[in-house]
Amino acid sequence: MSALPPGAVKVYVPRDAAARGVGADETARAILAEAQHRRIDIDLVRNGSRGLLWLEPFVEVTTLAGRVAYGPVAAHDVPSLFDADFTHGRPHPLAHGRTEELPYFKDQERLTFARVGITDPRSLADYVEHDGYRGLTAALLMEPAAIVASVTASGLRGRGGAAFPAGIKWKTVLGASAVQKYIVCNADEGDSGTFSDRMLMEGDPFVLIEGMTIAGLATGATRGYIYLRWEYPDAKIALDAAIEAAYAGHYLGENIRNSGKRFDLEVRLGGGAYICGEETSLLESLEGKRGQVRFKPPLPALQGLFGKPTVINNVITLASVPIILDRGAEYYQHFGMGRSRGTLPIQLTGNIKRGGLVEKAFGITLRELLYDYGGGSLSGRPIRAVQVGGPLGAYLPESQFDTKLDYEAFTDIKGMLGHGGIVVFDDSVDMAAQARYAMEFCAIESCGKCTPCRIGSTRGVEVIDRLMAGDDVAKQDTILRDLCETLTYGSLCALGGLTPYPVLSALNHFPEDFVKPIRARVPV
Amino acid sequence: MSSKPPRRVIPIKVEPPSSLSPSERAAVLEVCARLKSLPGALLPIFHAVQNAVGYVPKDSVPLIANELNLSLAEVHGCLSFYHYFRKEPAGRHVVHLCRAEACQAVGAVELESHAKRSLGIEFHGTTRDGAITLEPVYCLGNCALGPSMMIDDELKGRVSPQRFDALMSACRPAARETS
Repeated sequence: MSALPPGAVKVYVPRDAAARGVGADETARAILAEAQHRRIDIDLVRNGSRGLLWLEPFVEVTTLAGRVAYGPVAAHDVPSLFDADFTHGRPHPLAHGRTEELPYFKDQERLTFARVGITDPRSLADYVEHDGYRGLTAALLMEPAAIVASVTASGLRGRGGAAFPAGIKWKTVLGASAVQKYIVCNADEGDSGTFSDRMLMEGDPFVLIEGMTIAGLATGATRGYIYLRWEYPDAKIALDAAIEAAYAGHYLGENIRNSGKRFDLEVRLGGGAYICGEETSLLESLEGKRGQVRFKPPLPALQGLFGKPTVINNVITLASVPIILDRGAEYYQHFGMGRSRGTLPIQLTGNIKRGGLVEKAFGITLRELLYDYGGGSLSGRPIRAVQVGGPLGAYLPESQFDTKLDYEAFTDIKGMLGHGGIVVFDDSVDMAAQARYAMEFCAIESCGKCTPCRIGSTRGVEVIDRLMAGDDVAKQDTILRDLCETLTYGSLCALGGLTPYPVLSALNHFPEDFVKPIRARVPV
Repeated sequence: MSSKPPRRVIPIKVEPPSSLSPSERAAVLEVCARLKSLPGALLPIFHAVQNAVGYVPKDSVPLIANELNLSLAEVHGCLSFYHYFRKEPAGRHVVHLCRAEACQAVGAVELESHAKRSLGIEFHGTTRDGAITLEPVYCLGNCALGPSMMIDDELKGRVSPQRFDALMSACRPAARETS
């Protein structure tokens, strides 16, 4: 810190889309203008978000004691911040003290998100300075099988939702012989209640690039694709800039850091189809076709993209690899519980007072997250239900809030942890409407390949409509459960197969909402 | 000899009839020439055409199929699968309103009806002054700061009906109303 040139104060205003969505650009402009006006020399860094999203725009200032936080800082608050001498970390009604000491932040275990919000996501030098590319450096000295063994030993499981052990997938690809193999990153983060992929790609894109490069070295794949949803234009800009910098720094390309190893990477945009988050549908889409689900087998690990052996992993999975290679499998494996090892970036969303990103080891309870971190509902009303794991996740009532975040614990209560998104609803929610929406969503997003999902979802909406209208309730209830069974066991992929989770959990835990008089309803 | 009829040449590529304007046609051909060698080129081509023309015109389909040596069914089938690609021109601004659960939990349903009522259009519609096209979207990844929407490429969070109205006014510069 003492190396700072006297006078040039580092001020951070996030470039993250969520921060920009509540005025971070205006705040940044106001800070620059005010500093110029007052002839104060500042160095403004547009960092990633720290994840305390309810405090965005979250402004930080580097002081001798560390970074001091102010938020939420609107553009019109800026003159008063300068009046209070915030560039020296002085008190102000919007001041929160040192970021690292904030209760929300202090006890987090940030492994994958170690740099997000700290570095400048446009700066490769900043990335390297903050322990970036140490994992790759280690991997370049290892045999492919040893890299795979390290990932296997870490216990890392796919963070996209299916929780399949990453090491086993990689081992299959390593063992397959082919002239071309691929690494595909699934950045089609379509689950409502999730944004960790977006935050990571915008806030620390290099860590994803590093993780994919290591996956390439481990399996003999020389080409990578990041399949990104179009809804994330800021992430596209961040990734493209980082890929360009990585090529320029010889961290990508035909001779990575003079090792003779090659890895090429590009970003491809999706077309707004939720189903393309399903791995085989994503591969079809990347090949330039309709995003229809493939039959498995063959596994993508053996016949994936363009029929070639392919590692396909979620953003967070791949971005967790560098720290495993840098600090060792044991270090990573030491976090977590049961068969869920390491950390999970959890996203607190919906009707929650302190929404944001909490990276913790597996094993924390929903209740701790909702009340200790989240501070209860945003509306101040009681929390009635939470949906965990996206639109295909179960709705959980208060009686299940002591469930620990662990893949197996969620399976046991007929739910799923998925991508770690938690959506909070207060007591004004109509659970019958939410169940109807789940079926409607499945109908809109079905790829149409299998009948249970394509037809069953539309029939499901109709049955719930009749149920809500009070039309022979007992019979509709039976039909709905029967339909859900068909979807569960007869669908080709998780979209049809898991839509019964939100529907049946709503029906089982909140039956009273399905018999309300129709006029009392708000349509979804 | 000279009375011999000219030889009939069967062209390898038949230029399909098209209602594209010359500039649209040039844009589609430019995109195809630039991107057709990419593996799995169709989605990148649709994105590039939509960026250049504002939508993917129906008559660009035979042109793209021709350039990529694909069947009409392959190109049309792919194009029609994805919600994002527009088949008709949009207004000057495209507003994507989030309908997903996390936004529902903080008033997205009310915002949706407010938006439709105040703009006087349904989803996929364009306002009569051509300023705004309204589209649904299923998650913008801003779930802690909903209700969310996107105006063109810009994400907006905590969108109350009042904020919605203010943002919509900003999309309609006063100068346009004088005409």
